[in-house]
Amino acid sequence: MTPAILSDPQKRQDSLRSTTVRQWKNRLFVYFCTVVAGASVLILLVLLGAIFAQGMHFLDWDFLTSPASMKPTETGVATGLVGTLLVCGVCAICTLPLGVATAIFLEEYQPRSPFFRNLRSFIQLNITNLAGVPSVVYGILGLTAFVNLFGLAGSLDQPAFEVGATHYYQFLNEEPRIVRIPVASSAQDSPELETGMLAYTGSGRRVRLNVIAADANWPDDPKLAARTLRIGETGGLQTETSWYHFRLPFGRSVLAIGLTLMLVVLPILITASQEALRSVPFSLREGAFGLGATRWQTIRNVTLPAAIPGIMTGSIIAMSRAIGEAAPIVIISGVTSQTVMAHSLMSDSPVLPLQIFYWSGQAIQEFHDVAASGIIVLLGVLLLFNAAAVILRQKLQKPLS
Amino acid sequence: MAYEVPLRKAEYQPAILRARQARRWRETGVLTGLVGAAAFSVLTTVAIIGILFAQSVHFFRMPEVTVSEFFFTAKWPVLIGSDDNYGIWPLICGSLLVTLIAMAVALPLGLVTAIYLSEYAPRKLRSVLKPTLEVLAGIPTVVYGFFALTFITPMILQKIDPSFNGFNAASAGIAVGILCLPIVTSLTEDALQSVPRSLREGAYGLGGTKLDVSVRVVLPAALSGLISATLLAFARAMGETMIVALAAGQLPQVTFDPRDQIETMTGFMVRAAKGDIEHTGAAYYSLYAVAGTLFIITFALTVLGQLIRRRFREEYR
Repeated sequence: MTPAILSDPQKRQDSLRSTTVRQWKNRLFVYFCTVVAGASVLILLVLLGAIFAQGMHFLDWDFLTSPASMKPTETGVATGLVGTLLVCGVCAICTLPLGVATAIFLEEYQPRSPFFRNLRSFIQLNITNLAGVPSVVYGILGLTAFVNLFGLAGSLDQPAFEVGATHYYQFLNEEPRIVRIPVASSAQDSPELETGMLAYTGSGRRVRLNVIAADANWPDDPKLAARTLRIGETGGLQTETSWYHFRLPFGRSVLAIGLTLMLVVLPILITASQEALRSVPFSLREGAFGLGATRWQTIRNVTLPAAIPGIMTGSIIAMSRAIGEAAPIVIISGVTSQTVMAHSLMSDSPVLPLQIFYWSGQAIQEFHDVAASGIIVLLGVLLLFNAAAVILRQKLQKPLS
Repeated sequence: MAYEVPLRKAEYQPAILRARQARRWRETGVLTGLVGAAAFSVLTTVAIIGILFAQSVHFFRMPEVTVSEFFFTAKWPVLIGSDDNYGIWPLICGSLLVTLIAMAVALPLGLVTAIYLSEYAPRKLRSVLKPTLEVLAGIPTVVYGFFALTFITPMILQKIDPSFNGFNAASAGIAVGILCLPIVTSLTEDALQSVPRSLREGAYGLGGTKLDVSVRVVLPAALSGLISATLLAFARAMGETMIVALAAGQLPQVTFDPRDQIETMTGFMVRAAKGDIEHTGAAYYSLYAVAGTLFIITFALTVLGQLIRRRFREEYR
């Protein structure tokens, strides 16, 4: 088939004349391209500039070290930073072995049997698809699987298993002084008061409770008064937890958030590790095989050490993704308990992106400035991570071939 | 020749054979462990699908919900827990509107940037542009949400046209577009790069300018790669959460006016989770139904993108 441009003499003439036009178009296009491509740099500059301009004056040592508060002038990022680091630690500990093992299976075992070959390509396809699942859906998964453990292991109010927590009911008597009565579980109602019950005073002293009738006279002896309550009073449940606090189900805890983030970043880490393993030249493996090493010996002593820099960079990128992720965490923890400082894996602590989300959503203008400061801190943490990745890559990477 | 009593197997088997046996066991053990780790990701998929399906069934069994209402009416409760219809369309329309605006920003910008990076850019500029895009890709989405809410809306959109709502689809869409820009650029650039040099050289040989070569030869040759990149970016924009939760608003309605406040599927999920709703009742289970819808849409887009991409890869092997 002859193109129209050759068969029609008029069109051919036009085409020749248009050569200069085409040259001009080409030159214009280069300018156009440069401007458009420069737009991304411009957007980045505007974004960072706007945020820095808004958040810089709030950012000081106090902001970094004070816990979150309801007042914009007093609030800080300390709770969020601790929460973020804890969550990130849980996420790293769980993701790294799983991700690297999966990548090794996918890259190093090129199976001959059809069953394993199908399994391998199925898993590969599955991971590619998982990478496209919106992170908010992982939040839903985490809410069901980790926060509630599918409803299999008790409920949030009545955990099936719990260590490291003491529950008690706190009463105020007429002095007013605090009297605490320990109870077995958080599901228990306010206990019936009886004389002789075990109780603790506000200072933590172990005492026997003295119960008097509702209309009886208040005792004069201050020691007795301190452990006296009127009958029929109700207290409020309080729970004290130690650093090894653990319960099933996990609830809206640091552990549940970390595990959910593991699901989010696992596909990223697997893909990155696969690429690192793929870039190890085959001659190294063949050398090891030639010396009689088995597959696992080759992986452990040759392939994996050679791929470590790439895997580390990949994991740091995955972790920085986890640090910045907020959508699944909102689903898991709501926007409650913004002021709690995490002290165990079971604390429902805020994380930095969630605090930023919370501050950004406030109507008061000062909170927006606080959010901008929080963003600067978050970007600072990310920058530290990325710098670590670059340094690691440069320190560890040796020419392989 | 004296008659020799044959040794039992255990006696003549040299140590090396036993070592080999042990090694074989270890290999099998390691492989089992690795397969187990790899199976975890399959388990994740199964769990996602299972949970979304089971809880959605629960949702549709609720007395106040009907299947036809969910799929065919366009009214979503503005207040969580109210007696309104659960009809998914306002949320889907909101997601679509934001995604379309995002694509209108990301596709032209990304495409031109990719052509520039792949065909034109001098090395120096490339070494500035690529890291910039990587930084853009690494910024947490909540930051983009904040940027949309406190900069794009008041400083740009409302200066241009004061009728923009404080929450609006346009600012969220623009921010999501900026977020998708690096994805579009890098995927498109990969597609352009994998077009063989011979095609370009042929076109130059016929007297084409660089523009002719890029637009009439390389782009069509990379078309399936471009489509797959678009689909992936589309899926990513549909699932984007924090930007729309902050900047798009919380009013589920069917509108295509970008100045209005809307609500997306993901935005609703955040609002519902934030409200600390009870773990029973239609409002809570609607979370799963919406997540299921979102999952099906994005999953379909991802799979379609992969199919197109795979076809494309086979062409130039």
